[in-house]
Parts: sequence; C-alpha cells; structure tokens
Amino acid sequence: MNLLSVSNLNVNFKMKKQELAALIDVSFTLNRGERIAIVGESGAGKSILGFSIVNLISKPGYIKSGSIKLENKELTKMNLRQLQEIRGKRIAMIFQDPMMTLNPVLTIGDQLVETIRSHTKITYKDARNIAIEKLHNVQIASPETRFDQYPHELSGGMRQRVIIASVLLLNPDIIIADEPTTALDVTIQAEILQLLLAICRDNGVALVLISHDLGVVSKVAERTLVMYAGHIVEEGPTLEIINDPQHPYTQGLLNALPQMTLPGQRLNQIQGSMPSLTERPTGCAFHPRCPYATEKCQQEQPSFIHSGVSSVACFLVEDMVNDFANQDEEDR
Amino acid sequence: MATPLIQISGLEKSFSTNESWLGQWCFRQGKLARHKDSVHALNGVNLTINQGETLCVVGETGCGKSTLARAIMGLTQPTAGEIHYLDQRIDQLNDRQRMFFRRRMQMVFQNPYASLNPRMTVYQTLSEPIAFHQPQLSRIEIDEKIETLLASVGISASSSDSYPHEFSGGQRQRISLARALSVEPDFIVADEPLSALDVSVQAQVLNLMIDKQAERNLSYLFITHDLAVVEHFATRVAVMYLGRVCELAPTKELFSSPKHPYTRALLSAIPRLDSTTAQPIRLIGEVPTPIEKPIGCVFQARCPHANQRCYEELPKMLLQSDSSSVACHAIEEGRI
Repeated sequence: MNLLSVSNLNVNFKMKKQELAALIDVSFTLNRGERIAIVGESGAGKSILGFSIVNLISKPGYIKSGSIKLENKELTKMNLRQLQEIRGKRIAMIFQDPMMTLNPVLTIGDQLVETIRSHTKITYKDARNIAIEKLHNVQIASPETRFDQYPHELSGGMRQRVIIASVLLLNPDIIIADEPTTALDVTIQAEILQLLLAICRDNGVALVLISHDLGVVSKVAERTLVMYAGHIVEEGPTLEIINDPQHPYTQGLLNALPQMTLPGQRLNQIQGSMPSLTERPTGCAFHPRCPYATEKCQQEQPSFIHSGVSSVACFLVEDMVNDFANQDEEDR
Repeated sequence: MATPLIQISGLEKSFSTNESWLGQWCFRQGKLARHKDSVHALNGVNLTINQGETLCVVGETGCGKSTLARAIMGLTQPTAGEIHYLDQRIDQLNDRQRMFFRRRMQMVFQNPYASLNPRMTVYQTLSEPIAFHQPQLSRIEIDEKIETLLASVGISASSSDSYPHEFSGGQRQRISLARALSVEPDFIVADEPLSALDVSVQAQVLNLMIDKQAERNLSYLFITHDLAVVEHFATRVAVMYLGRVCELAPTKELFSSPKHPYTRALLSAIPRLDSTTAQPIRLIGEVPTPIEKPIGCVFQARCPHANQRCYEELPKMLLQSDSSSVACHAIEEGRI
C-alpha cells in the first residue's frame, strides 16, 4: 500500500474577479522510504504542491477537489486539530530559508524542546536529551553549547542542520523539503544533501524534494516528477528522465543546461517563459513554447500515458506510442 | 603582448563594522576603550582582464566577488591598490574625471527586479544614458538607436513605452543588458546576472551575452557562483576565497586539473547530472568571517593539507607549467 497518494488534486486561488488554477489534476504516489523529486521552474506550482500535501495553503488559495491520502486517512477532510497531529509527527517540512524558519528570539534548544513537548508528554530534561542526540545526529559539533545559542549565532549551513534535526525529532514518515539548499553555497549544499540522503536511508523516511536544480535532484531522488504551469508533464525514474527525457519541456530544460553544449557555443534555449497564472494557454500549457506543437495541442489537454518506464502527458509521445503498438499488431 | 584592458594590482578594501564614533567605545577590563573592527573584503587582489575575453570570478558568499566588481566600477573606493584602464589609473578619480570611463565600462546587476527604475519606461531607461553621454545626438537619432538596441536584445520596439513590471525576469535582464550596451562600452561587469533567473531563461540571457561579445569584441568580468555557467562561458577563471585570488587559470585547465585544494573541493561539490562522479571532497567547517586579517594562507582553517608554514606565511601566486597560477604552499613544496 502506498504511504501517500495524491489523486486529481486541484488547487485554486479565488481572486476578486476570477478563479486562478494553480494545480490542475495532479496525481502521484509515494511509497514508504522512497525519495522523489518535484522539478520545475518558478511558477510551475511545485511549492504549492508541497504545501497542499499538509494543507498549508492559505487564503485566497484552497483545495478545490481531489484527495490526499496518508495510508487510508484523507487529509483534505481533516480539521485543524487532526491536521496538527499529522504535521510534524507524520509529515514534516523543511523550508528554503533557514533564517526565516527559526524563531530569532528563542534559543535553538527552546525551539527543539517545544516541538517535542507539543506532540508528546515528556519532561523537559528528557526532551532536552532527545534534542541534543538529534543535533549530534546531524553532525553539529558540541551540541550542548549550540543548544543554548540563538539562530543568529549560527551560519547558514548550521541553521539548515538544526532545521533537519528539528524535523527528525518526532520520527516522521515523510519529509517534504522545499528547496532546502538554494540559500546555501555549493560546498555546504553538497554536505547538506549528503546528510539528508543518509538520514532518509538510515531511518527509512520518505522524502519529497522540491527543487529547480536537476543536478541536485539526480543526486538524491529515485523518481522525478516534472511540473509545468500547474500540471505534472512527466514522471519516471530519475535516471530515465535525465538520460532519456520524453516531454519536449523536459528535453528543453535539460538541453538548456550549460554542460549540454560545448564551451563557447550558443546554448539551446527554450523560447519565451513560463506563463503566469492569469494567462494560462488553452490545450497543452506548453504549446506556445513547444517546437513540435500542432493544432491539436492548442485545443486539447493531453492525458497521462505510459511510455516505457515513464509517464508523459504529450500528444507527440502518445502518437509515437500508438504507432509502435499498431506496428506490433501488424507484425503479428 | 598587448596591454591588458584592465589591470588590478594589490587591491584592498576594508569596511568598518562599527561606523559611528559612539559605537566604537566599549569597556575592556573595566576601562573605557576605543576599538574599531573592520571586515577585510579584499586582501590584495591582482588580476588582469584582456580585450575580448571573459574573466569569470567564482567563490562562495562573502569572498569579496561583488566588492571587487564595485571597486572596478568605482562604486566603492578601495582602501589600497591600483586599478588601471589601459594605461590610465582610474581608482582615484573624482566623478567628473570618471565620466569618460563610465562610458567605457558598464555594469549589469544581479536582480533585474531591483536594478530597473520602476517609474521609468523602457524608452526612458535607455534614452537617459545615451542622451547623457552623447548630448550631440538628436532626438531622432536617439530613437533609432533605441530601436536597434531593443531589437538586438530581442524585445519588440512596440513595448518601449512599457514599464519594467510588465516584463518577465528574463526580459528585464535583457533590458538591463541593453541599458549597459546603450553607451557602447568595451567592458561590462556582470554581477551574478543569471542567479535570479530560471534555467530556460538563463540560457536566453547567456546566449545574448555571447552574441554581443562576438559582435562588439566586448570584455566581460563575470561574477557567478554557478560553475556550470563558468565552464561554458569563461576564457579564464579566477577562484576567490576570503578576499584573495587563490587560483587563476584558463577555463579548460581549471576544470580538467584543478590545483588549489579549495578549487578541488569546489569543483567536486557541483551536483552534476551524470551519476558516476566521485563523492565530494568534504571541507571541514564553513567560510570564516573576514574580520580578522588572517596571517598566512586564507584557506588554512579548512585545508586538509595545511602545515605550519601555511599558518605563518602568505603563499604567493606562482605560475604553473600549464599557464595557470596558484597560491598554495603545498603545491609549491610538491606535497600535493
């Protein structure tokens, strides 16, 4: 049974004059201990997806339809109290900027202890021991002294380690990490990614990594979802997506990376930019930028089809798969 | 060899952390004492930029990359050292004298959302520098110029009356580039011009910069922390750490055989797409704050090869066999 299954999720923003669709028919599943990544450019809806899993969408956004199931519990129907039981304890989140996540006027220790004590009945002393043990687990040197320090006394990498420690306090089943290393330098980023990977492996925690950096994703995730303008356009094993991308957007995204062309040559660019929420095109959202777009793409929304080990939402791939199937029948 | 376009020697810049006179007083052992802390952002930087080349400066946060860019552009006064443009010294000029050089050197900033004036249309943004630096031009000539400029950066001329908020990030960065190009400079300093942009849009802006360089024989000082862009775009690369250049090498040599321990760690830390790359080299600790001027090598605290000499003596930039230069005692002594 899947640990988490999201099906046909639609998230809308209710504005004065119109309703804007941020997520359209998003479905995916996550198994116990699995590491998946959600990739896309800014405005694709990847953070909204991460937030809506724990129902952290604030007004004017709301979940219009669809279901999010944690084992067999439906998360979209829960009230605040039930959700608070889930948040942190079963599903924990790591945000992009560690300075914004930590409270600047409380010591590291106070924040960690508060997290434990709000979910379990435990004495301060026991909670402190757990907190120090977790700080030790995330490789913070001399955790006893760090325990009494304030966030501003720590460096960016150290703060992100503290966040990871705080996420681990309640032994969650799922960690959602929303761009956890974007605010960090490359050398620190490498360390944090290694740490996150080791922690997920050792404790059997499932990870949802939200990132725009395909290099980071390839190091961490087993499976990757590519998002564009509120839709999932391609889903498959990470290696497959990187070595044999099928959706034209994924292809364009990978080809645009500088390492894909010889030094000094022009890069392969995708024309145009991601459409904003107010001006989503009809049909396939990618068709204005797609080099292979046909008339059909302008009118109809392609459905998700299996192609090899990946699933893709694109008419081009659909036609190709159908052609192959027809050919097979003729051969028979 | 031709004279380099820009020559920087022994450039230093320090910022005082307690600027106000009152903030400098503190109690020490019961006595009131005056005390000044300063951050040494640049600690003796030597660089040359040749005509038509792209020099990329890489390094982590706080290593002085941006201060270097600002010092070259004259946006901040260096504490010591000299900057030459061809054969003229430009670091001690007053605003009036600098005007001529402002036309020759332009800058593109990191955040296109902050560097364009929100209350000026694209036309106004582009016409102001042209009219200022070339007052002899007539209105019609300026209009023509702006039209060709906009076309060359791929913005339709019909949108010249639009305001910056009507454009996307990539378009704004192209307008910033058009503004820099409007006075026909031969040298452009670009301070992280791609970091606020998405991958697919990064490619558009980078392509534009490559095209313009081929067209006008521009020289770039390109500051970035994205090493994939560096590998693609740079002629030479300078790796900075705590206000010093620790390795300077042609791009190919730097990426095929990085020498300085910091460069090695930095290159190994890039998350690459192929899964075969080795484990990153772990650096212990984080970049120290440059408040105390370090004695000896700046990288000593995190270097796995540091010995006593590294703590006592500042390493010199030494030319290696493959025309790269490295400042490291361990390499000089043949230990690594």
